[in-house]
Amino acid sequence: MRVGELMQGELESRLAGKGLTVQLGPFNIRIQTDVAPFPLLIHQLYQSYRLTPTDEIGDFNVRIARPKSLRRWFRQQIFFSVDGRSPFAPYSIEHSFPALEWGINWCIATRAHHLLMLHSAVVERNGNAILFPAWPGHGKSTLCTALVFSGWRLLSDEFGLVRPEDGLLLPIPRLIPLKNESIDVIKNFRPEAVIGPSFLKTRKGTVAHVIPPEDSILRSQEPAKPRWLIFPRWVAGAPLSLEPIPKSQAFLMVATNAFNYEVLDQTAFRLVTDMVKACDCHSLVYSDLSEAVAAIDALTRPTDG
Amino acid sequence: MGKVSLQTARANQILLDAILTPEKLPSLPPADWDLLIRVARRVRLLGRLEADLSNAGLLGMIPAKAAEHLRAARNVIEHRRTLVTWEVNRLLWALKGTDVPIILLKGAAYMVAGLPPAPGRLFADVDLLVPEERVAGIEEKLVSKGWFKMEIDPYDDRYYRVWMHEIPPLRHRERGTEIDIHHRILPRTSRLKPDPALLFEAALPLADPRLRILAPADLVLHSVVHLFLEGDPTEGLRFRDLLDLHLLLGHYGQAPGFWEGVVPRACRLGLARPLYYGLRFTQHFFATGIPKTVLDEINRLRPVWPIRALMDFLVPLAILPGHPDHPNRLASLARWLLYIRAHWLKMPPVMLVRHLSYKAYLRFRGINKKVDLAQLDLRQQ
Repeated sequence: MRVGELMQGELESRLAGKGLTVQLGPFNIRIQTDVAPFPLLIHQLYQSYRLTPTDEIGDFNVRIARPKSLRRWFRQQIFFSVDGRSPFAPYSIEHSFPALEWGINWCIATRAHHLLMLHSAVVERNGNAILFPAWPGHGKSTLCTALVFSGWRLLSDEFGLVRPEDGLLLPIPRLIPLKNESIDVIKNFRPEAVIGPSFLKTRKGTVAHVIPPEDSILRSQEPAKPRWLIFPRWVAGAPLSLEPIPKSQAFLMVATNAFNYEVLDQTAFRLVTDMVKACDCHSLVYSDLSEAVAAIDALTRPTDG
Repeated sequence: MGKVSLQTARANQILLDAILTPEKLPSLPPADWDLLIRVARRVRLLGRLEADLSNAGLLGMIPAKAAEHLRAARNVIEHRRTLVTWEVNRLLWALKGTDVPIILLKGAAYMVAGLPPAPGRLFADVDLLVPEERVAGIEEKLVSKGWFKMEIDPYDDRYYRVWMHEIPPLRHRERGTEIDIHHRILPRTSRLKPDPALLFEAALPLADPRLRILAPADLVLHSVVHLFLEGDPTEGLRFRDLLDLHLLLGHYGQAPGFWEGVVPRACRLGLARPLYYGLRFTQHFFATGIPKTVLDEINRLRPVWPIRALMDFLVPLAILPGHPDHPNRLASLARWLLYIRAHWLKMPPVMLVRHLSYKAYLRFRGINKKVDLAQLDLRQQ
């Protein structure tokens, strides 16, 4: 059953009561909240996601709540908490949805140490995946969004989840948070993409969430094998360049930009080595999305057959 | 309240059963696994469960989801173990040529000595015990070799230097790992004053002769002191510390002379009361095998009835985590009272009031660290 199939009232009472348990790729997230905009936003933005069957074990239990203390009367704030603990700063109530999304990322990044977590967007076509490892601000989410609305399947815009047993990439097709100018760029590039409300003046500027194509969400249990490593960088007005780079350089860039490379130690070294060996490695500088998408298509088409 | 106590009892029972009889975990229903993972994470015992199941060869018999959480915990623990091992190695390098006995305490000691609490235990920092007159020299040497004194506010710095049993932590510039240097096992201001000289005399060399470990009875007594006199207001007593104590008693209890010596040693160090509680509650929760003669001996030193009854009520309430979705107010109160009790034993009344008001003021001002999810660089975690 999917979130969108729940009646609005049922959705609301689950959120306010025992929690709504949603499957986000390899994780089952239980969300509890009685803060007003959530039933509506979750109904709209999470509609294609699968509800976790009740007999499955949950991974993270998160809650967005207003403070119990007197503070609730003079400041409209919310707190994000995990398993009843909230070591987090409060957010204004207008930003409660972005806070939930950031909070879930925090849970994954700090707890899912059974996987190697690369800081990378990942898309797939015909079983072959491209990883886009990049630092924040390099345009990885925007490029990834453009690709998943151009025939690629979204695995993730943020987490390259590598399964140690076989080195395959696990999908976690979450909502893609676009920031500031990227929102209009994507609206112009693909007017049919469904984008949620813009949250103004968050601590990361204006944020709006794109719903991934339904196919990506439905195939969230289907892993993919790494085939290309492309390191993207958006530079205003720059001519397109897509150049091969040495594997030794690619190794360093992947290893130093992971969430938990040190924690996985030798396993991480082995996984990144295998990945770099199996992938063609390129660096990409772009300013125009359509050009970048076409260049990536031309690069990968021969392998696809 | 009825529902909360029911849920509290259920969560606590699932945790206790898992620790006491891990061999029964393969038949645990998924809903109970769900709760067990949350509760065990809170008390940092996921790694212990993994180690127990792995020893019994049962890791393949539990739900895949549960196994993932245990695997994640194990990966973190192995990583911390590597860090702590390397930190001890670097410490010895930095102190080369300094002829000073270094006693490892707590986690690092369990690990290097291969004691039963080590498997599956999460290691934090490296804790050392050195003679007080050598502290300044060691601190200076470490600072010259890459560690730095962490910036803390003047109140805390004074608190450490004047009143405490340790100096402010030293952190390595590149590795970020912390070293806590102690010169006694309780603050100077404490009502209980175990003489550190006695601990140094009895300490035993480890495989690397530059490192030492407390003698068995002293190590057990330090574990008891750590359990009942340290802690924080929300966590109260740490269940995993009580489990450490149980495992240490089971291990050293096999050695000849241990049980005969432990109560007299506690009396000599002025720690009979904490030992009484330690033995009482390990036996209560884990049915630890303690000889009757030892129980009779320690029972002669037990507190008067009302205090005993109060502790029997507070400790079980505070030490188990309860259900994360159903916070138990009575348990929170018990944790807070035990926190106050621990401080009461560690400092004179006027100082206690001043210290706790200052800490409360910090909480009120919201100065305690809060993570900003939006600004967070998740790669640093």
